Order: sequence, then C-alpha cells, then structure tokens
Amino acid sequence: MNKLILTLFGGAALLVSQTGAQAQTLINGAGSTFDYPALTKWFEAYGKTDADVRFNYASIGSGGGQKQLLNQTVDFGCSDAPMKDSDMAAAPGKILHLPIVAGGVAIIYNLPGNPKLKMDGDIIANIFLGNITKWNDPKIAALNPDATLPDLHIVPVHRSEGSGTTFIFTDYLSAVNPAWADSVGKNTSVRWPAGIGLGAKGSEGVAGQVKQISGGIGYAELAYANQNKMAYADVKNAAGKFISPSPDSVSAALATATIPDDFRFSMVNPPGEAAYPIAGASWALVYQQQKNSEHGKKLVAFLKWAVTDGQKISATLDYAPLPENVQQRELALIETIKY
Amino acid sequence: MVNIENQTAGTPGSGRFGDLAFRWLTRLLALSIFVLITLIGLELYNGSKLSMHHFGWHFLVSSEWDPVNDVYGALPFIFGTVVSSIIALVIAVPISVATAVYLTELAPQWLRQPLVMFIELLAAIPSVILGLWGIFVMVPWLHLHLFPAMRSTLGFLPLFQGADYGPCMLAAGIIVAIMIIPIITSVSREILRSVPGLQREAAYALGATRWEVTRIAVLSYSKKGIFGAVILGLGRALGETMAVTMVIGNAPQIVASLFKPGYTLASVIANEFNEATGRIYPSALYELGLVLLGVTVVVNIFAQLLLKTFAGPSVKPQH
Repeated sequence: MNKLILTLFGGAALLVSQTGAQAQTLINGAGSTFDYPALTKWFEAYGKTDADVRFNYASIGSGGGQKQLLNQTVDFGCSDAPMKDSDMAAAPGKILHLPIVAGGVAIIYNLPGNPKLKMDGDIIANIFLGNITKWNDPKIAALNPDATLPDLHIVPVHRSEGSGTTFIFTDYLSAVNPAWADSVGKNTSVRWPAGIGLGAKGSEGVAGQVKQISGGIGYAELAYANQNKMAYADVKNAAGKFISPSPDSVSAALATATIPDDFRFSMVNPPGEAAYPIAGASWALVYQQQKNSEHGKKLVAFLKWAVTDGQKISATLDYAPLPENVQQRELALIETIKY
Repeated sequence: MVNIENQTAGTPGSGRFGDLAFRWLTRLLALSIFVLITLIGLELYNGSKLSMHHFGWHFLVSSEWDPVNDVYGALPFIFGTVVSSIIALVIAVPISVATAVYLTELAPQWLRQPLVMFIELLAAIPSVILGLWGIFVMVPWLHLHLFPAMRSTLGFLPLFQGADYGPCMLAAGIIVAIMIIPIITSVSREILRSVPGLQREAAYALGATRWEVTRIAVLSYSKKGIFGAVILGLGRALGETMAVTMVIGNAPQIVASLFKPGYTLASVIANEFNEATGRIYPSALYELGLVLLGVTVVVNIFAQLLLKTFAGPSVKPQH
C-alpha cells in the first residue's frame, strides 16, 4: 500500500516537472471587472497564436488591480480609472497606461410604454441632483415634444459599490454640469446627494431596480442594457446631436477625444459629430521596466495583439473597438517597454 | 468514580499522558480563537491607523462620506447597523421563541422532526440567494402591499411616514429577521428541551394550565438560555452583509422613517473596498471594520449587563 502511494506520488511529481520543462509562461493580471469578459475571450483566442503562454486574471476591481500592481504581485493590472499622481509616485517604477477596451454607459429608464427619450447632460445631472423630480418636467418635455410624459416621480438609481461605470458617469456629469462638479465630483464612488434615489448593487441590481420601479432611471454599461432589453436615452453630445449609445458611436468618441501621450485621458463629451458622450476607456497598467524578461517579452507580444487584432474580438461583446490612430500610438508606447 | 478512572487508564502511565495531551490540545484550540480575534483586531487597527490619525474621534460622530474629497465619517453606518439589527430582533425573537415552544411543548410528535428540518433548511439558504429573492420578490410585494397598509394604520408614528421606493431600512430588517430565525429557534429549542420534566410535572401538580406550565415552569426556567440564543442571533444580524446590501438602498443617511434607505457598516465595506484607491479611502474602510468589531463588543457587553439585571444571577427557578 505504502509502495503504491509512493509510486503514485513519484509519478505526479514527474508529471509536474515535465509540464514545467515545457516552459509555459504564466502571466498574472488583476483588476477591473469591466475588462474581464474581453480579457477572457482574448486569452482563449491568443492561446491559438502562442501556445507557450497562459494567463491568469483575477477580476477583483480596479482598486485591487492598482494595489496588486503597486505591490508587484502581478505582471499587469487593469483599471477603469487612470491612476492618481500620488499613487504613481509611490510606485517602484514608471507605470504605463494602455487603453485596451472602451465602452459606453447607457441611461436606462422605465416609463409606461417606454417611449424613446432624448436627454442632455443638464437634465441628467439635475435628475440625479434632485432638482428635476417629475417625468413631465418642462425641461424634459422641451426635448421630447412627441413623447407622452406621465406625471410620475423620477427615482434615480445608482451603483452602491465602487465601480468604473460610476466613474465614467460622474466624470461626464462633472464635465457638462458645473453644479455637479462642485457638489459631487467624480470617482468610482461618490457622495450621492442625500435623500435622492437608491443605491443598488452591481449592474444587475441597477437594471433590476429600474425595471421594478415605474419612473426609475439609472445607468449601466451598454452591454447590460441590451441584454436586459431596457429602454435607453439618446444623449446630446458636444456638437449638439442626439446620439444613441453603440460600439460605433463610442469609437467615434474615442477618435475625437483629446488623448495625451501618457494615455491618462477622459473621453467624456468629446467634440465629434457622431460621438456618444458618456463613454470611457479601461486601461492595462504595466511597468515600463519589466522585472522578469521572459514575462515581459510575452506580455508585450500579447498587448500588441490585444490593441490590434484583439479589438475585432472584443467588438463582438459590445465593447467599442479602438480607432486606428489610437492603435498606432499605443503600439509606439508598447515598444518602449524594456525587458 | 473509581470505576471510571480505572476504565480510562487502559495501560498505566499512558492514560495520564493522554489526559495531559488532551488537556493541552483543547487548551491550545480554545486559545487559538482568542489569538485569531486579537490578530483580526490588530490587522484592522494597523489598516486604519492613517484614517485615525486623519479624523480622530470625529470619525465616529461625523455623517460625511465623500470619497471624492476624502472626507469620511462612520455615524450613518453605525446607525444603520444598529437599527436594522433591532428591527430584525423585534420581528425574529417572538417568532423564534414561539416556534421553539410549539416544537418542544405543544406540537404532536410526528410533526416535530419535519418542522425542525424545514427550519434548518432555512438556515442553509445562502445570503446572496435570499438577497436576490429580496429585491425581486419581497421588496416589490412590501412596496405594493405591506408598506401602504402600514402607512395608513401606523402612519401617526414618525417611523412609518413618507414615501418609499421599496428598498429601505425596514426591508433590510425583515430580510435579516428571516436569516436569524433559524439560529434563535434551534438554540432556544435545545434550551427548552433541557428543562427537566420534573419542573413541568411539579407545575401540573399545582393545578397549572398548559399555558401556565409553559410560562412558569419552562420559559422562566430557561430565560437566560433563550437570551443567549437571541445574542447569537444579534451577532449574526450585526455582521450580515450581502442580503442587506441588496435591499437596504445603500444611502448613508440618518432619518427616522424606516421606509427610507439606509446603509450598514458591513455593506459599505463590501461595496466599496474593491474599488477604493488612494491611501486614506481604504484606511477609512478598515476603520469601519474596526468600528463594526467595536459595536459587536459593546452590544454584547450591554446584553450581558441586561441579562444580569433582568434574569437574576442564576438559572434557579424563582418562586
């Protein structure tokens, strides 16, 4: 009996050492849950291009991704918000921001008959500030002369937990409404005006609450709004056009947003005619000087693939593909990674 | 007594060693709980140092919670935790104790085991499932039926005034009540079962009715134990997270009406820790964890004092 166990044990040990000998590199990442579906699809597809690399991604949230990168426990982090200067300064090396996916945030609502509504930043901000409380408010009616608007209380629903979606939404409201910027501001979670509306957990929670409450309004990633077949608003962009959220209109937003060389940018309310204004990117965070040359080499190859070929794959999941000019600039930045 | 000693000491010498080893093993295991709690406390203290340094005692009495400007205060969360737990106890204790009494004193034998099984099943439902049931089934029902009825009958109390959206402090209290009913019921049932039959017989012999027997001989004999069961339930209620988060509405505010959304310590930690960046923000969340530990300790001490005052020093039946 003992012998048998020993043999089994030895066999297992041999097996382990053999797989080790094939030198499959394991790249570790952690962070944003928003990126997770895209990354999962990419890892699977990329495995066909390079069988020698495997990926492990912990979808623990943007804050967690930044922390893990700072502690150097992962090869890359992912975050829906760019890192703060103070955190970058505390890092043991220079950190590069590489946008890998972009997505739109839809304004979802639940009204009798669910008419298609038009909204602008001013109306959305005032609803969430508690200044517009009824659906038949003259401001909403002025933009939607054809819709029948009921005399119904508006119940705004926001995300209760910290989330990249909240960051994009509050970033947009801060950009278009000075009162919002002064009293609330932008972050992954904010101090929501007291006594107004509800906090619901997760996109599924927000969508669920809005579906249940007649007169509810909330925000969720476009993919979520589509899956739940919810009505969402056309939002007025900086050029004065009312645009529906879609991968194309978010790509148009990316193409016209002002993007600095370090890629820490906000793409809300860009000037493009076809751009949907409530959109944001999500970043892969990597050290410019890689500690492990083998990991660095594989990671660079993967990132180059992700920002080019990978974009066609993520587009099937309702993410907006990165426009050509952004792809080229990112490739140039990836070239500067040393390993 | 001598007999027993002879039996346990199978071979001379080894028995004594076995006894000693057993005593030390159990002592070590018992101490490990103490060490664990101390380590958790220390870790929370270390994590929250920065926040303590920044806000001091003000943290406990401030109602601000503003991650944008890095200003944090714990009061609305302490309020929400305590109030939702009190609501839960008010609902759960009568139901649990009545169920336990029925199960031990009144129910026909064939019904007892199935009922006990159902209560244990209730305890096995994961809290996230209860939470989902809460938002999709319970809260809409409360919003459409129970809350309007309460508003029209009890609306003269400030507790039941104002409009509701569904998710609110009362909904959270009800969900937590459902979660703590099994534990209070099971423990109370064990306590009632341990009441000696002689107690009951003595009361019957004095000509007491069934209700009087239950009240005098059973409940009064075991009130200390039942109180302990309630404290166990309260401990669970204070720390309950997922289901509460899903139905409480998550708004850090202090209002009298139970129809308004609230927020609890455990919920805000679960909600915000993942995405908390910077240095002070995560530290403030750590401090909330420390506060939760503190609230639990204070509530437990308070409960012990209450027990001493009302239940008397011993379980001796009083005449």
